[in-house]
Amino acid sequence: MDYFLQQLINGVTLGAIYGLVAIGYTMVYGIIGMINFAHGEIYMIGAFIAVISFLAVGLLGITWVPLAVVLVLILTMLFTAVYGWTVERLAYRPLRGSVRLAPLISAIGMSIFLQNYVQLVQGARVKPLPPVMSDVIVLADQAGGFRVSVSALQLLILALTVALMIGFTQVIARTSLGRAQRACEQDMKMASLLGIDVDRTISLTFVMGAALAGVAGVMVTMYYGVVDFYIGFLAGIKAFTAAVLGGIGSLPGAMLGGLLIGLIEAFWSAYFSVEYKDVATFVILVLVLIFRPTGLLGRPDLEKV
Amino acid sequence: MAGLVALLLTLPLVGLRTVEVQSRLTIEPHLAEVAMTAFLVFLGRLGLTVAASGLPGPVLLAALATLGAGWFLPFPTEALRVLALAGAAVVAIRTLWALYRRQDPRSQQERDRSLDLWGARLQDATRLIGPVAVALALALPFLPFTDRAVLDLGILLLTYIMLGWGLNIVVGLAGLLDLGYVAFYAVGAYSYALLAQTFGFSFWLCLPLAGLLASLAGLTLGFPVLRLRGDYFAIVTLGFGEIVRIILLNWGDLTGGPNGIAGIPRPSFFGIADFTATPASGQVAFHQMFGLQYSPLHRIIFLYYLILALALLVNLFTMRIRRLPLGRAWEALREDDIACTALGINRTTIKLAAFAIAAMFGGIAGSFFATRQGFISPESFSFIESAIILAIVVLGGMGSQIGVVIATLLVIGLPEVFRDLAQYRMLSFGAGMVLIMLWRPRGLLSHREPTILLHPRKSATQQHAEAVGAP
Repeated sequence: MDYFLQQLINGVTLGAIYGLVAIGYTMVYGIIGMINFAHGEIYMIGAFIAVISFLAVGLLGITWVPLAVVLVLILTMLFTAVYGWTVERLAYRPLRGSVRLAPLISAIGMSIFLQNYVQLVQGARVKPLPPVMSDVIVLADQAGGFRVSVSALQLLILALTVALMIGFTQVIARTSLGRAQRACEQDMKMASLLGIDVDRTISLTFVMGAALAGVAGVMVTMYYGVVDFYIGFLAGIKAFTAAVLGGIGSLPGAMLGGLLIGLIEAFWSAYFSVEYKDVATFVILVLVLIFRPTGLLGRPDLEKV
Repeated sequence: MAGLVALLLTLPLVGLRTVEVQSRLTIEPHLAEVAMTAFLVFLGRLGLTVAASGLPGPVLLAALATLGAGWFLPFPTEALRVLALAGAAVVAIRTLWALYRRQDPRSQQERDRSLDLWGARLQDATRLIGPVAVALALALPFLPFTDRAVLDLGILLLTYIMLGWGLNIVVGLAGLLDLGYVAFYAVGAYSYALLAQTFGFSFWLCLPLAGLLASLAGLTLGFPVLRLRGDYFAIVTLGFGEIVRIILLNWGDLTGGPNGIAGIPRPSFFGIADFTATPASGQVAFHQMFGLQYSPLHRIIFLYYLILALALLVNLFTMRIRRLPLGRAWEALREDDIACTALGINRTTIKLAAFAIAAMFGGIAGSFFATRQGFISPESFSFIESAIILAIVVLGGMGSQIGVVIATLLVIGLPEVFRDLAQYRMLSFGAGMVLIMLWRPRGLLSHREPTILLHPRKSATQQHAEAVGAP
């Protein structure tokens, strides 16, 4: 039972990270109907920037952990947001309204480019956070009361995810930007006729998605303590699976899907085999798509002629 | 004014962006590099803006000067030099383009159409070029400059051309986006390696078997997922590709895990002669049979002809099947699958056929790959391979056979020729994919000729003349 509970906690933590990345996929897919293949790389870049800014913050002599974490989060969100914006501007915007495959190929190209760019400038080796820093950052604090350990870090990840989720749901539901986004999702041409700057809205969607992926990158850096340039691909596919599982285009769906994927992965590694955990994820993806292509919380997709 | 805004926008962005260039595990600052990168990008942006606002001439000169400077002056790092060179080249091309455009009163659409027309002419010319190219390919091993390296490059190119043509059936004709084609390639390679090693089957028996197994794999995957449409289908095939790779990686007993399988038997000359210097007793070696001096090149030349024949087989098959009801149904499905259903075409069966046939060719190419390398491991079958093959098909212009050849020469041939720039290879590969998509979103040769017409076929030039003549 303890073991189960521990896996539950691990799975939920992992799921929160996937969920944050999945939101980026689901928002972009919702608005322009394309799979943003480079999104996984944005997340990877977020993780790298997190490592770097942890080091930078450490060099600046900020040792008070909460402040350091907040600073790192802000820096990472800022930079990944800029990356998201640039990717959209360079690789996707010129292709809007083109054949359906074009942006997808361009996205795959972008993803290869970003991966090799990071490999080139940062080296191919796995980057561990130096233990001195991780001691400061990772509060390996066994919260009392539980027999299983919940590190403060895991709590932080969960709290942050919940806060971000609430924040983003509010942004989508209440602000004029959110209204513009929903309008674009329904009918882009009509939205632009009604005076919504569609390009700007889509840009901002990419920026928001990238910032969230950046947060996920910070989390994964703190959680595992290692980063390499290849993590983006697999995490990207899993997050996409999460988005599809939850029903693509739906924010709570993405979060739910992320949690489910995280749980499945944790339990699969715990009770079956670690090697095949990725296979499990993909099999679930296939099964969901076959039996419920709209996902758990998605709207039915009508065939239009 | 607009240029100023763009400049203000890009300057902080690029300046800030590259801040992350600098870390090992302790940070070592490379602020100078960041500043220079920002400065270079600033210059580039400035150049483009000035060129766009009507002064392409001086900008062109400046860009060329930078190009020269990048070539000769010392730069603090190699990466910066590459950036300077690439940036200057892009600016130079853009300004040249701008200069050209100023003399050219046509609109963007017209220019696109004229490019399409070029593509169409090229495709028309394929009827002439095709046999010439085949003859050239046939003669290649006997040309004076041909050595081992050229033949190896030829084999590599032909392998990718074959894969490209195979995938073209699914992507180009049936319009299904398959991101996991490499899975079938892997199935073919492993089935040949395992059959040959475990049961001692010969290459010639394994080749069809590998194709069969791969197409069975295609059927197995295709049956459940072909009901899906568009992007969902793409992502499932991607997942399938990864599943195959992970299984190959982890099923150590059968596949050797990450170590792969080594010592895969080489093919013999149609089972009657070997390519060894000293044949086993009672057998004849290839060079003895034909009374030639022994040379290790014989095997390479044989492999070259083998893959040439296989690739041409795929091509021939595709060209023929396009005229059959099955091929017509594929293309109809690509254009409008709802209309197809309304016309009584069974979507799933038709798609399944495309999928299985393409998988079969992938498997055959895979077993060729295994026998050529003599060694296979899961590393050769990663997603990036699928992406490369797909890139070949899409960049070439989906459904265009000659486009696949041209794209292969670009995508595989160029990086092989520029092996010196090894570390920038994949980087420029990714960038190139984006750029070609931006330049020609439908692929290099995107002109689509109707495969069936009510009235007799006319050449593309005539069609164009009519289209221009009739307003």
